[in-house]
Amino acid sequence: MLGLNKNDTTLFVVIIILTILAPFLLNPFPTESTLAQFNAGYPDLMEKFVVFGIFAIGFNILFGLTGYLSFGHAAFLGVGSYSAVWIYKLFTYNVLPALVLAVIVSGIFAILIGFVSLRRSGIYFSILTLAFAQMSFALAYSVLSNPKFNLTNGETGLQIYANDLQLFHRESLPNFPHIFGLSMGSTYKLGVGPWEFQFNVAYYFCAIMMILSFYFAIRLFRSPFGMMLRAIKSNQQRLNYTGLNSRPYMLAAFVISGMYAGLAGGLLAVTDPLAGAERMQWTASGEVVLMTILGGAGTLIGPVLGAGFIKYFENIFSKINDQVLHQWFAFLPDGLEDFLVAIVHPFIGKGWHLTLGILFMLVVIFLPGGLVEGGQRIARTARRLMNRDKAADAANVSAD
Amino acid sequence: MAILEVKGVNKNFGGLAALSDVDLSVQENTVHAIIGPNGAGKSTLLNCLVGKLMPDSGSVMFDGRSVLGLKPHEINQMGISRVFQTPEIFGDLTVLENIMIPCFAKRDGAFRMHAFEQFAHETALIDKSDAILADVSMADQRDAHAASLSRGDKRRLEMAMCLVQEPRLLLLDEPTAGMARADTNNTIDLLKEINSKRDITMVIIEHDMHVVFSLAERITVLAQGTPLVEDTPDNIKGNPKVQEAYLGESQN
Repeated sequence: MLGLNKNDTTLFVVIIILTILAPFLLNPFPTESTLAQFNAGYPDLMEKFVVFGIFAIGFNILFGLTGYLSFGHAAFLGVGSYSAVWIYKLFTYNVLPALVLAVIVSGIFAILIGFVSLRRSGIYFSILTLAFAQMSFALAYSVLSNPKFNLTNGETGLQIYANDLQLFHRESLPNFPHIFGLSMGSTYKLGVGPWEFQFNVAYYFCAIMMILSFYFAIRLFRSPFGMMLRAIKSNQQRLNYTGLNSRPYMLAAFVISGMYAGLAGGLLAVTDPLAGAERMQWTASGEVVLMTILGGAGTLIGPVLGAGFIKYFENIFSKINDQVLHQWFAFLPDGLEDFLVAIVHPFIGKGWHLTLGILFMLVVIFLPGGLVEGGQRIARTARRLMNRDKAADAANVSAD
Repeated sequence: MAILEVKGVNKNFGGLAALSDVDLSVQENTVHAIIGPNGAGKSTLLNCLVGKLMPDSGSVMFDGRSVLGLKPHEINQMGISRVFQTPEIFGDLTVLENIMIPCFAKRDGAFRMHAFEQFAHETALIDKSDAILADVSMADQRDAHAASLSRGDKRRLEMAMCLVQEPRLLLLDEPTAGMARADTNNTIDLLKEINSKRDITMVIIEHDMHVVFSLAERITVLAQGTPLVEDTPDNIKGNPKVQEAYLGESQN
């Protein structure tokens, strides 16, 4: 179907179903229950899942296929956001032109940065991309924000003001990013018994974008072009002596990857119409590396899983505080309760990075292929157990 | 007619003269061996032919065109393929994919953006790859991971990757290094067959005299960076200068 083989079609359909049903699947606990804080089915977080999923899918095209580790991909994310917000400021709140410009501008940025950085490989490539991203951050944070020429609005971040031009904006249109009049902010709430499910326009818009991005990534992975990129990772010297010029292949992969990041950046401005320089900082670049490795670099679904995993921890674990812990351990004797709370305390709230760090270490040590490898191992064990059961049954039958 | 013409090539590494005034002329459709003791500059010469090293002076003409200053992929696109001393293949890819890559290079040139095309639709190239795999009797390993092959099979795979491009000149850097005798003989047969069937000119660098004398029609002996003699295998065998280069000063 759609030029995909059987396995890929299955994977693609599963992804579509999961993203469509996410408001249900991520909201398993009733609103009033104590476990409700583990619910992830609210628009703000679900949007982050899919947007950073796109970011990681794009990053994986570069890192997973070619093995070139870019440490400056957040630059493209930021450029995408700024471009989108400028469309809002100058022309219209309609998200389509904003996204188109975000992708184009980040693509141009990627050509410039990639052209220089790809002259080196290995750690030098990583350092060059990191340097470019930090320069972009410095430009956005201070240099390009002065009274004479204010492109980024510095520390405050670029946002929309009442006196902005907004050439094509009409009174009848929502005062928020929209698609042909349908506001990205509108949410339909469905109450079923004690549960409440939220269906948000921005989420579904971003989800469709992620599904399209994912589809393109599958096609690219299975294309001759994808094979060339894997060949670069495997043996770049052989590729050159086989009559292929690895440089344009690398640049194309870098630019595609940068455009994915730009799309993700544009979508961040779709869910919330502002852009800040911190989006370009090196921590944001590092985050997408973590997502991809945690989920499984070089696999199709891994980066999306990794993005969801990290964003879940960032938003859910950081919300747990001592009060919540006391509730959990309330059934224990007082002394023991305080003791346990004191032990768990460093790992929650602001300490969620600590938990994430430990989990990341565990995954890298025990599952070098990331969460995807974990899933594969579970599936293999399950299959083996099932076969053994079947064999045992067969033995029993023949014994009877 | 000479397909490869090397004239007055010099190459120094620091103070060491690896090649000094090397002349070499390889006739079309012949098998030309380059032999010589260790450190004679055989591999350096080969690296100057494929764009890995740039000679300090001299000229290297392939089919009337200079290859000096060209990148490895440009030289390959002119019709020169190279087999390495240790097999260089794409270990993470399957055997079929390893063969498909040179097929794409031959058909589409050094770069083509085929990101939205499907590998499975390239039936013409897949058939061609399957045929060459059958030729080197590796058809049953088509879907194996290249890294999992034995050393001899990796060597044959690399040879197939070069052959599928139908090069005009095939450069082989010790194609039987580290092989068992049986594998060596198989490789000799394979190379003989290639030479007779496909009109490919071959330049072989080799230590193993058995291989050299079974295959070569012309032999150049290199010693200390300069060509000592160039002649037919029979004449080389009896040449006292060659024996001297290999065995040191003769007694009488």
